[in-house]
Amino acid sequence: MAKVHVSSTVNGEVMEFLCEPQETLLDVLRNQLNMTGTKEGCGSGDCGACSVTVNGALVCSCLVLGVEAEGAEIGTVEGVSNKDQLHVIQQKFLEHAALQCGICTPGLVVSTQALLKTNPKPTEEEARYYLAGNLCRCTGYDKIIRAVMDSAETLRGDA
Amino acid sequence: MAVVDYKVAGSIEEAVSLLANAKIFTQILAGGTDLIIQTKAQANPVAVVDVKKIDSMMSATMSDSGLTLGPSMSCVEFTARKDIKAMFPGLVDAAYLIGSTQVQGRCSVGGNLCNASPAADTIPALIANGAECVINGPKGERTVSVEAFVTGVGQNCMAKDELLSAIKIAKPAAGTADAYLRFIPRSEMDIAVAGAGVSVTLDASGTCTAARVAIGAVAVTALLVPEAANALIGSKLDDAALKAAADAASNASKPISDRRGTVEFRRHVVGVLVKRAAVIAATRAKEK
Repeated sequence: MAKVHVSSTVNGEVMEFLCEPQETLLDVLRNQLNMTGTKEGCGSGDCGACSVTVNGALVCSCLVLGVEAEGAEIGTVEGVSNKDQLHVIQQKFLEHAALQCGICTPGLVVSTQALLKTNPKPTEEEARYYLAGNLCRCTGYDKIIRAVMDSAETLRGDA
Repeated sequence: MAVVDYKVAGSIEEAVSLLANAKIFTQILAGGTDLIIQTKAQANPVAVVDVKKIDSMMSATMSDSGLTLGPSMSCVEFTARKDIKAMFPGLVDAAYLIGSTQVQGRCSVGGNLCNASPAADTIPALIANGAECVINGPKGERTVSVEAFVTGVGQNCMAKDELLSAIKIAKPAAGTADAYLRFIPRSEMDIAVAGAGVSVTLDASGTCTAARVAIGAVAVTALLVPEAANALIGSKLDDAALKAAADAASNASKPISDRRGTVEFRRHVVGVLVKRAAVIAATRAKEK
């Protein structure tokens, strides 16, 4: 099958690519657009390392076909910071040492941003449930949750 | 990976036509949270028809006649609908239980139904509410109940050229509410070991005048259990009636033993879930 021409907006910038129907959005981001911030973990939607937003909805990019991105607004971890200025969430992950190997971190940052957009004042339990689809095999989650709760507080201006 | 062709349907008719004229095995793509994983595991080529550009597939309307649900509406949108949650809290709870936040962003009630896993959470909840499937094909439209729609493990009653175009639930009688509960060994992100959907209608005195009980993950398909409903009808959901309903559900179950639960465990737990879901449904019915 011929490659399909796809045009979508990634982190606010219009991007065009050619992709095979079976390529996932994750494949396209990493291999064609050279945006390797989004990580591949399980490839089956279980681990959340490849989390991105598509038209505002948090999704696993390994479970989206690249061709489905036609006309869509995609948000990836590369769009979280303001150029060299880290986003509050990224800064809090550093301050709380909420990462060890770092493979889950881009997905967690994107998911945390999505969480705080829909629920700026989550309880710890709400945050843990919302982020249950982001697996981390290093930290035991406690430092991640502290970073998330601190991010929420800082972004609300309560700190 | 074996998706070799991708087409976007702009209407139900176009989707049916694409299915009817397909040269190779063709499947409907909605959220893809089951389908894309399945195609990755398949060696044979698969064509997909994306139905997410069809408004009626992606929206839901509540009217005096009840709920008309676009089968492909994402669960994150479905569960956010306060009007649907007010009418069918059990169904919304069941939809919310599917996968992670990321999966919720794509998965749908219709996808959960068509994928027809024995452990699907929304299927018992749909059956408890008497939901019906509107199916479109080259010969027109037909309607079947959800309990008749699912025919086996991963199997439904649709022909290759048919499409689930809507899920309809009639507006429940006054004093009706539903509940869905499942058992999983973890607290999140797991597949039901047993599940139960219950809908009850109570009169002003609190007597149950109508009920539907459906159980999941304890047979090849979700089962409607009229014996369990009959045990509730006419009672005020006292302990004896609840125990009779639980026993009827346990007796109707035909579970298997696997790494997530044994036959004995599932049989027992599904009864407990029916009892608890009936109590929650009754509480909701009284609050309505």
